[in-house]
Amino acid sequence: MTHGTQRAKEPVAVVGVGQTRHAAARRDVSLAGLVREAARRALDDAALDWADIDAVVLGKAPDFFEGVMMPELYLADALGAVGKPLLRVHTAGSVGGSTALVAADLVAARVHGTVLTLAFEKQSESNAMWGLSLPVPFQQPLLAGAGGFFAPHVRAYMRRTGAPDTVGTLVAYKDRRNALRNPYAHLHEADLTLEQVRSSPMLWDPIRYSETCPSSDGACAMVLTGRTGARRAPAPPAWVHGGAMRSEPTLFAGKDAVSPRAGRDCAADVYRQAGITDPRREIDAVEIYVPFSWYEPMWLENLGFAAEGEGWKLTESGATALDGDLPVNPSGGVLSTNPIGASGMLRFAEAALQVRGHAGDHQVPQARRALGHAYGGGSQFFAMWLVGAEPPGA
Amino acid sequence: MSAARDIAVVAYARTAPGTVTGDLSEVEMVLPVLREVLGATGLTTDRVGFVCSGSCDYLAGRAFSFTMALDGVGAWPPIAESHVETDGAWALYEAWVKLLTGAADTALVYAWGKPSAGDLPEVLTRQLDPYYLAPLWPDSVSLAALQARALLDAGVTDERELAATARRARVGGPEAAEPAVLPLRRGDCPPVTDGAAAVLLAAGDTARMLCERPAWIRGIDHRTEPHALGVRDLTDAPSARLAAERAGAYDPAAAPLEVAELHAPFSSQEVLLRRALRLGEGVCVNPSGGALAADPVMATGLIRIGEAAERVRHGGARRALAHATSGPCLQQNLVAVLEGDPS
Repeated sequence: MTHGTQRAKEPVAVVGVGQTRHAAARRDVSLAGLVREAARRALDDAALDWADIDAVVLGKAPDFFEGVMMPELYLADALGAVGKPLLRVHTAGSVGGSTALVAADLVAARVHGTVLTLAFEKQSESNAMWGLSLPVPFQQPLLAGAGGFFAPHVRAYMRRTGAPDTVGTLVAYKDRRNALRNPYAHLHEADLTLEQVRSSPMLWDPIRYSETCPSSDGACAMVLTGRTGARRAPAPPAWVHGGAMRSEPTLFAGKDAVSPRAGRDCAADVYRQAGITDPRREIDAVEIYVPFSWYEPMWLENLGFAAEGEGWKLTESGATALDGDLPVNPSGGVLSTNPIGASGMLRFAEAALQVRGHAGDHQVPQARRALGHAYGGGSQFFAMWLVGAEPPGA
Repeated sequence: MSAARDIAVVAYARTAPGTVTGDLSEVEMVLPVLREVLGATGLTTDRVGFVCSGSCDYLAGRAFSFTMALDGVGAWPPIAESHVETDGAWALYEAWVKLLTGAADTALVYAWGKPSAGDLPEVLTRQLDPYYLAPLWPDSVSLAALQARALLDAGVTDERELAATARRARVGGPEAAEPAVLPLRRGDCPPVTDGAAAVLLAAGDTARMLCERPAWIRGIDHRTEPHALGVRDLTDAPSARLAAERAGAYDPAAAPLEVAELHAPFSSQEVLLRRALRLGEGVCVNPSGGALAADPVMATGLIRIGEAAERVRHGGARRALAHATSGPCLQQNLVAVLEGDPS
């Protein structure tokens, strides 16, 4: 063993992407059937089989959502992991992104050649809203669901920036329209009008019903490999140009809940790795974790696509529409599909589909670089990656 | 597998064995061990390159329980951080991979468990196949007893060896001989223990700078068995042997193993693992007392790595093996091989 020497990291390629059909309740499949559907599609996409996989990295949000403690144990067989390393990640809502990054590190560090990474949630097994409402004595009562936690932060954003209260509905309408082009999306509301979004019931002021993510059953899987694997792949891969995680505490004096520093630091790290200096101009498509409509303008600022206080103007101008110059959530996003543990990986996977030119009817023309973003907890856990059509450094 | 970059355990701390923490919160349990490893190396959180922890919501009885423990780390300014929903040994594995990529030179790993908050054997039934097994509520002691019975029936061990293993792990009173789930007696089963542990990893010259005798991780690997007990040979742990092989435990050119810390919550599992891992008579097994002496679930595996590292760093051992497990009847197994520099 050599001391002090260090080889450069192995470039990481996404050669397979698969996701399930998402729905409010996938009663036709067990947990094993659900993960198998996504994993099999990712393997087929990569023209690989279970035996080609060296390790499996699995992520999901709280185990209480399905009532199965550490379900990776039970899923070992379904994921073809017997005799292999099987690693379980849990970083709250950002977990789908974190899981992909852990898998990417296994390839980058040359620990394994080809890794299957998968994230899932089968929320119909329980009630996610109450699953996210912590019982006394952990938290004050009546903080019902994630919307109850995030609504005051949205309100603070509106106060801070003077954004007109119509912006949130624009995001919701855009993302639900985009979802009509994505056959895997949970919500396909073909007849939805902007007026209907605007007059939908107020759930957590200022968040309306149609500006809220659904509760979905679904899974997402990717096959990651190095240069050798990428050469053998039947279709062009997406290359990882940068990836990072950042965390900060849930609550503390001085925390900026509207634009958390952990999110800004995470994006800055990813851009540094990828050599991005002007994200607005250099990134062609963005998949951001937007569970409530207003988080699109909020994250646009946090991620450096707009100056502070200007994110809502970008949204209002139409720049983030599928035919705009910075398409955000062309897949329909979390607002149209939300199996919580998988939602972050879906963002990462959709970014990969865009630069591979495999995004079908929601393809952004000539997308060369795309950002996948996930966040979780009390706006405190962040995971992001930037993928490109060319190998890094090319 | 062995690595292109040398990574070592440079500091380790754990809460006192045999503790039940009563009304201590997870943060209060974790904070002292974090302070101890940071203090030993003179590091502060903002100078650590990566942080990774292991814990389980089902022990805490609430979703996202790990988010509060983060307060014990002091994640401000924001830190590069991750979490595994399993034993902290796997958090250490994730941190080891992160250091291998070169993205960080130091990593803080910690884990905690508070099984005293619930009925652990009952809670662990929830990690079984939710369709065919969990509805029967087979508790973890009964499953371990099935495995012990299989070992006895196969003639791999006898009750005398089990009792001797239990006696070596801890000073047992007369109650040690009382039946738990036969053939297991109370002395064959772990006590209810709460606790936390922390390990600091560092790469190359940073490791040499931070401590006098780093315990180098020569290899680390983990493998899984099928979940269903009916398709496994419960008298063997081939995934543990494979992990040990991949971690370099059987490298003929290396110094002999002197110490092994095995994550065996039941005496029968220690006997099984000694054989499965082909540990010879010359290997001192579980000098710390092992999981039979203290089993703060989710930290127990990380403690094995920390204890093995201690034997290398302060106990004069040249080479030690650490093992961690997760799931019913040793389903998942992780093995790390640790070495000191030749003195």
